[in-house]
Amino acid sequence: MTEPPIARLEGVSHRYGATVALENVTIDIPPKIMVGVIGPDGVGKSSMLGLISGVRRIQNGKVIVFGEDLSRQGHLRSIRSRIAYMPQGLGRNLYPTLSVFENIDFFGRLFGQGTAERRARITELLTATALDPFEDRPAGKLSGGMKQKLSLCCALINDPDLLILDEPTTGVDPLSRGQFWDLINTIRARRPQMSVIVATAYMDEAERFDWLMAMDDGKVIATGTLKELLEQTGESNLDDAFIALMPEAKRSSHQKVVVRPRVASPDETPAIEAEGLTRKFGEFVAVDHVSFKIPRGEIFGFLGSNGCGKSTTMKMLVGFLPATSGTCQLFGQPMGSDDMQARRNVGYMTQAFSLYGELTVRQNLELHAQLYHLPPEKIAPRIAELLARYDLKTVVNSRPDSLPLGIKQRLQLAVAVLHEPAILILDEPTSGVDPIARDAFWRTLIDLSRDDGVTIFITTHFMNEAERCDRISLMHAGKVLAVGAPHDLVHERGSDSIEDTFVGYLADAAGIDRSKQVEPPKPGAEPATAEPARVPRRFNVGRLWAYARRETVELLRDPIRISFAIFGPILLMLAFGYGISFDIENLQMAAFDQDNTPQSRELIDGFSGSRYFFVQPSITSAAQADRRLRSGNTQIVVEVPAGFGRDLLNGARPEVDATVDGAMTFRGETARNYVTGVVRKQGEDFQQQLKRAGSPNSWTDSDIQVRFRYNQAFLSVNAMVPSVFMLMLCLIPAIMSAIAVVREKETGSIANFRSTPITKFEYLLGKLIPYVGVAMVNFVFLFIMAIFLFGVPLKGPFLTLLIATIIYVVSTTGFGQLISSFTRTQVAAVFATAILSIVPAVNFSGLFAPVSSLSGGAKIIGLTFPSAWYQPVTVGVFAKALGMPELWRNVVAIAAIAAGYFILSLIFLRKQEA
Amino acid sequence: MPSPATPPSVKLAEVKAMTLRDHVANILRLVVKELRSIRADPTMLILVAYAFSISVNTVATGAVTEATNLSVGVVDEDGSELSRQIAASLQPPTFQPAMHIAAGDIDSKMDKGELLLVVEIPPNFQANVIAERKTEVQINVDATAVAQAGNGANYLKTAIANEVQSFITQLGRPPVNPINLVVRARFNPNLKTAWFSAMTQVINQITLLTVILTGAALIREREQGTVEHLLVMPVVPAEIMLAKMLANGLVILVAAMLSLQFVVHVWIGAPINGSIFLFLFGAALYALVVAALGILLGTLATTMGQFGLLAMPVLMVTQLLSGSSTPMESMPIWLQYTMRTISPTPHFVSFAQAVLFRGADVTLVWRPLLAMLIIGSVYFAFAMSRFRRVIFGG
Repeated sequence: MTEPPIARLEGVSHRYGATVALENVTIDIPPKIMVGVIGPDGVGKSSMLGLISGVRRIQNGKVIVFGEDLSRQGHLRSIRSRIAYMPQGLGRNLYPTLSVFENIDFFGRLFGQGTAERRARITELLTATALDPFEDRPAGKLSGGMKQKLSLCCALINDPDLLILDEPTTGVDPLSRGQFWDLINTIRARRPQMSVIVATAYMDEAERFDWLMAMDDGKVIATGTLKELLEQTGESNLDDAFIALMPEAKRSSHQKVVVRPRVASPDETPAIEAEGLTRKFGEFVAVDHVSFKIPRGEIFGFLGSNGCGKSTTMKMLVGFLPATSGTCQLFGQPMGSDDMQARRNVGYMTQAFSLYGELTVRQNLELHAQLYHLPPEKIAPRIAELLARYDLKTVVNSRPDSLPLGIKQRLQLAVAVLHEPAILILDEPTSGVDPIARDAFWRTLIDLSRDDGVTIFITTHFMNEAERCDRISLMHAGKVLAVGAPHDLVHERGSDSIEDTFVGYLADAAGIDRSKQVEPPKPGAEPATAEPARVPRRFNVGRLWAYARRETVELLRDPIRISFAIFGPILLMLAFGYGISFDIENLQMAAFDQDNTPQSRELIDGFSGSRYFFVQPSITSAAQADRRLRSGNTQIVVEVPAGFGRDLLNGARPEVDATVDGAMTFRGETARNYVTGVVRKQGEDFQQQLKRAGSPNSWTDSDIQVRFRYNQAFLSVNAMVPSVFMLMLCLIPAIMSAIAVVREKETGSIANFRSTPITKFEYLLGKLIPYVGVAMVNFVFLFIMAIFLFGVPLKGPFLTLLIATIIYVVSTTGFGQLISSFTRTQVAAVFATAILSIVPAVNFSGLFAPVSSLSGGAKIIGLTFPSAWYQPVTVGVFAKALGMPELWRNVVAIAAIAAGYFILSLIFLRKQEA
Repeated sequence: MPSPATPPSVKLAEVKAMTLRDHVANILRLVVKELRSIRADPTMLILVAYAFSISVNTVATGAVTEATNLSVGVVDEDGSELSRQIAASLQPPTFQPAMHIAAGDIDSKMDKGELLLVVEIPPNFQANVIAERKTEVQINVDATAVAQAGNGANYLKTAIANEVQSFITQLGRPPVNPINLVVRARFNPNLKTAWFSAMTQVINQITLLTVILTGAALIREREQGTVEHLLVMPVVPAEIMLAKMLANGLVILVAAMLSLQFVVHVWIGAPINGSIFLFLFGAALYALVVAALGILLGTLATTMGQFGLLAMPVLMVTQLLSGSSTPMESMPIWLQYTMRTISPTPHFVSFAQAVLFRGADVTLVWRPLLAMLIIGSVYFAFAMSRFRRVIFGG
């Protein structure tokens, strides 16, 4: 066979910071067969698959796929529709709130398929995977095995020529695993031209592949068919062959696992005893009358299909989740959720890594030692002992986030046994861990059980591990199907292996017919149909719409988010429309009258007649004045000195001292002006009285007329309500779109953006549309409230306001998206958006200080943020009757800022990851 | 089957009740853990530093609500000595140099927002004043600039009145106004908004950062499943919650005190009249109260997306309706009562103004402190019950 390789790597190296993932790898991967990539965790399997599928940026060397060099962007684009990539992790690239159908449909749209074509393909795939009864079930509610099947359907929707699967069956139960590979075989039989590359941790699976590639430490250490590898090493199975291929140093640390016999403890009280344990979530019965007794020191294997209630049972055992009915006792004592002492007897390891990724290995161990109240002098030696025992010494100052899964699991186990508990409850501790690390892990478990008498309750999907347990139970759909020693169960069922027994029980319980086994296709079969590969266009509305549609559906499926988004602005409009006001009344004023003449009393009476002042009881001493002002209860003190009345009558222009509280400057300034106004008015009255016969037309200060334009009554509400538009349509859209991209980075669905033909432009614009839509709904509500509730008349053209608003919300959602495109976590995105948007929207936008009076950094920040340009538009249209001729500059400026945000987002968002 | 001589046995933990000391010890250890987590996130720390330094300074110095630098136009149809004196009297810092415009330009200039105030001096103004005939000066104000319009118009009015007054005095006539009013502003003699808004901004940042940091810390733990892990250990939910409040509150408090000392006091030059220790005490109490609010919001939302949408309106209301941006007195009475009941921020704002500006002692500010304590206790109790329910999946 001289077919060209499907993929060729030439001198490829890849590193993350100082860590080397791949080191000068050169290899040809043969086409049209199943290729298995095997090796321990963290040896570079995922990096290699990422490079071949085009989701990672090539750092060094050449990657050639379908004969095209992937370092050329054009080539990369043209092959994306021919490659399907399924990332590591159960259903990580699925959208949990979307139904099974919607998930696949989304991928179909990304590849530009028409409605009828999508429907036909989806039906075909769902039938083949037996997912058709669950078409409308949200992906988040599927079991792990079903998620992987769905993920595979999504990958196969476009009939890829190269299918890349990164550990697709890790954490999947044996029954579902068998179904998964049957499915792959069916599809390969139909499309023999399809090449498949799979990374896996299961050696029994790898034995069935056509061609294998063993990796270690960033290098390929052996390639060939199973037979070739077995011959090369002289071993009888792949597990052993792989260990034999490892470098001497690593091999020597490996020992075979020997299960020593257990000696029954004289204490008859069972370590764990469950009786009719039941847990319901609403109508759903997760655990249904489960009973078992586990004696001390036993290793008890708790087996079952994905989602059958194993984890829920364990949470009840550790007292984390209360049981709906039934009892559970540890060492004869009931376990309550508030029972602190019972917890000290239990070590618990959750399925997902649940230690602190941001603390170092040592800090994690220290924290747990302290929380279990180990005596301080024993903490250091105990940690040293654990570091040695679980081989963690070299990573003691690393953060778990940066460590491979196998090491993380060892750390979790070290934490679980740290306080020397009598019971260990371990939820899939070896899922995703490579064979060597798994064996090491099991040796420590056996030591704990046999030497220390620790009772171990463990779940696993590895059948060779199940065989090592003293007893196992098989669970399905919340019920225990069988309990017993592994070989007894095999015997009872008349099977030849524990796997067969297990799958048999599960299949019976689930009503699955296992008789039709699917054979892999024979090599060299003719392709069914040879379609010309479609080269995706640079811009495609369908792809953009696929993302816009999906983002909208996800938003609508989150009733909490959508209701906050709609009702938040309405509530705030109410609060701010009434609440933000510069109309100051009832200033607290007190007089300190040292004159006490009719003239001084008349002066002070001038204050009581005004609605701007509330006159408090008089002050009698300077100390009292000081105290009143200091307390904040009095804001104005007017001091009339002795002799005021006399001097006034003499025309000696007596002095009156007013002190205003300047702590709140705006109020202080206003108070100063109000006081000046009252005293001036009183003075003019005195003047009139004094003159009597004077000229009636002599100049007085009231001859200066003040005319308030645009807002005759000078009501804050008329200016404030239009300003609230600016505020709401900035902050709410920005905070919504701030998580749009970064959420995908955290959940892992960003992989779809990286591996499919969608462009950055389509992706960003598509994700923007739903949030712009929500913001426009907000606008409609705000507008209705402004007109009908607050009675603020719209004087200018509505169309101007509408156009400016659309552009404005595009810019504010774009701002959130920009932050989302460069942050790594949702927390950071929300934090940054809040900090960076509130200040310009509140302080530099004309809400309080006019934009024309901004200076320095405030002016720069203000004018590069859209709010400062939009506020004059709303106020202009509402209050000043302005239209496009006067406001077009503002609209252009907002559009320019929106474009700027979008371009920056395009720059920051990387189609390929590092 | 071969068997070892004795079966292994394992010791069970002694049963003893947890003492208060154990609880305190747990909280302290969890606080250390929270502090380490915060330190591990440089992005957040940079944002906190930005919020308390540059952000405070630009707001305080660049966006003033006091009536300064006002743009004024003068329509001088008189062209007399007096009218020229009036135009010349409009001086910085309150006014920008007056722009002379024609009467027909008033509308367009004001529509575009180029001029905030326009003075119209009628023909024969000076002659009429001398002859004691009735005459009028008109001031046009752009009333959509609510913060500056009222006070700006008053300053302009005073400036014109003073010019006319001195003109009349030169003619040897008695003064227009027989009272010589001297107004002083206590605690901030020049009524500089920079002082006020710098302090306001520090308060706003305390609220914003504490709520988001604490709430996010809780949501992150829930999303990562680490809370579950903590709860199978001998740790009670109250300890976890208190540790989060204390650690995040502490970080923000330290940042706020540094900001007050170095940004507000040294950089912006605002005086600190009162006891810094009293302020520290109140600020610590406030930080704990808003940290409880953050936890509460973190239990009401399940994802960061929901949390952001929930926190934003809450933060906006506490910031804008607390008496720190616009005076509490200018809000409707029902809204004042509502805000003072549901939010600790109005109390903290009045406390902070009293202590920092007016130098008030504890006898003058115990009321806001007590109010914060009561509101905080309610927040805490509510957050606690939500926390248990959410964590134990009720």
